[in-house]
Amino acid sequence: MSEPLIRIQGLSRRFDTGGGFLKAPRSMMAVRDVSLDIARGEVLGVVGESGCGKSTLARLVLRLIEPTSGRVRFDGTDLTALKPAALRAARRRMAMVFQDPYSSLDPRYTLAEVLAEPFVVQGQAVTQDRLAAMLAAVGLPPAMLGSHPHQLSGGQRQRVGIARALALSPAFVVLDEPTASLDVSIQAQIIDLLSGLRDRMGLTYLFISHDLGLVRYFCDRIVVMYLGAVVEVLDRADAAPRHPYTRALIDSGFAPDPSRRRAIAPLAGEIPSPFSLPPGCAFAGRCPRASDLCRRDIPALSAGEDHPVACFHPL
Amino acid sequence: MTALLQVTDLSVAIGALRLLDGVSLSVERGQILGLVGESGSGKSLTATAAMGLLPLIGGRVTGGAVYFDGRDLARMSEAERRGLRGRRIGFVTQNPMTALDPVQRVGEQIDVVSRLHLGLSKAAARARTVDLMTQLRIPEAAAVAEAWPHQLSGGMKQRIVIAMALAGEPDLIIADEPTTALDVTVQAQIIQILGGLVRERGMGLLLITHDMGVVAQVCDRVAVLYAGRLAEDGAVGPIFAAPAHPYTAALIGCIPQDGMAPGSLRGIPGVVPSARAFPSGCRFHPRCARATPDCAAQVPPLAPRGAAGAGRAACLHMLPEAG
Repeated sequence: MSEPLIRIQGLSRRFDTGGGFLKAPRSMMAVRDVSLDIARGEVLGVVGESGCGKSTLARLVLRLIEPTSGRVRFDGTDLTALKPAALRAARRRMAMVFQDPYSSLDPRYTLAEVLAEPFVVQGQAVTQDRLAAMLAAVGLPPAMLGSHPHQLSGGQRQRVGIARALALSPAFVVLDEPTASLDVSIQAQIIDLLSGLRDRMGLTYLFISHDLGLVRYFCDRIVVMYLGAVVEVLDRADAAPRHPYTRALIDSGFAPDPSRRRAIAPLAGEIPSPFSLPPGCAFAGRCPRASDLCRRDIPALSAGEDHPVACFHPL
Repeated sequence: MTALLQVTDLSVAIGALRLLDGVSLSVERGQILGLVGESGSGKSLTATAAMGLLPLIGGRVTGGAVYFDGRDLARMSEAERRGLRGRRIGFVTQNPMTALDPVQRVGEQIDVVSRLHLGLSKAAARARTVDLMTQLRIPEAAAVAEAWPHQLSGGMKQRIVIAMALAGEPDLIIADEPTTALDVTVQAQIIQILGGLVRERGMGLLLITHDMGVVAQVCDRVAVLYAGRLAEDGAVGPIFAAPAHPYTAALIGCIPQDGMAPGSLRGIPGVVPSARAFPSGCRFHPRCARATPDCAAQVPPLAPRGAAGAGRAACLHMLPEAG
């Protein structure tokens, strides 16, 4: 087996806040001891609700923010140990597509300037023909090079965001909720585009989303996160969930089929504050299977019968 | 029996832009109508018109009418319309943060609705507030009522907004994407609670959403809007079993489902047209796989789809009845 493109080992990130006048400092673990491999050509999905740490994880993997502990190896190189110049060079092979195509494109730039920027940052020259080809690759007419972002629809803007991410022919792309601010009708277009680009350019994706249905449709393997920790890794998109939280996520989706209406057993309560986590399993307070053990000890992510799950009482 | 909310052949313009064109829909007591379509299809504008709030956004009715409980909104005085809102029509917005006053405790914001509209005393209003919050499954409701909005999670804030909408004992609730801003597990709870309360109390609910999954799960009937016109309407069961309008079928096909083969998730090519440049004929024809030259030449009339009473669709080439 060849070495994975990305190897994440024991990655953690703590955020500290407060500590001002009359305010006690507080801290939270946004990402807690995450270890993952991403194989070449794979689409790895990370799914979870707000505050689960999925976006922080995405930024840690690209070292857009620094980890509190742990390492990220990219194609054999330890990114976490690189000096700034070497990191910039390594970043030619990595890219990110952001959630909101309205705020991730500079409104004063033309599309030609947006697309030329990655080359400028890396000190490379670029021709108009190349920029036009980049637009064509994401299904936009080259005549748009002179347009400004406000003249585009949301879907077209996200295509520009993807074209910019692919400017330097990266091997690895982090997709942070790339369709969350688009209409569902446009979402499928973008997923189709990403899927075609992966085949054509041999890309590896880390796909971040809150939508388990979409992740199950698009991804080869799925990582489920809850409050900073990985609770389950589904080896196949259609694998049966073993963690009660994954089950609840699946059950919360509404199928567009009125004959399959069902009473959802809603999860009790809401996600606890990451600043004051209870001891034990972070999900215990909402879990129908929780026992005293769950409220006392934190379950480790261990290889279950078929795939890794962090639960004392898996399904 | 008159419908609770009856929108008849409604056309609305803002300035020179004709945004709604002949939209008709109705909501009965105890019934949930889903109003769906992509962004820019006119869903929220329809809701604004149904509350008589068009002047606030510079809009005007250019044709048709909105009847609430048999009475034409346009023939009421502004004072009468104001009396309806909050008292007989409750409203739930998409973003709870914009609906709540950040510098007032959440319980007081609910209290004020029943004090104003039902004339309750301070103590009676609070008792009612706590009771409503409990029905919305807010734990320790009396304590949460003393909280400020910023201390609550998004799901909790949206429950407060729903409690405000319910506090005047309205006959009709209009909810504009009430769960879009929430996490999926919370969305499922809120939709179920809202649907349950509406049926229990015999209210009507106009539920605006872009999510066909939500419609399938809770609505009785559905109206599909496209570019300011009604594309299809009818009972949820027959429409999901066999959509007649290609746009309805496309919206249903956009939702990823279990067991879908890679590449089988279909989008809709192109984008919703701008009101500055609506296409001729059927406004969906440039994006439609079934379009023929006829579709660009003539506006398709709303015609019965399939069996009598199974709803209507505006399409020259309706999809054949499946199965």
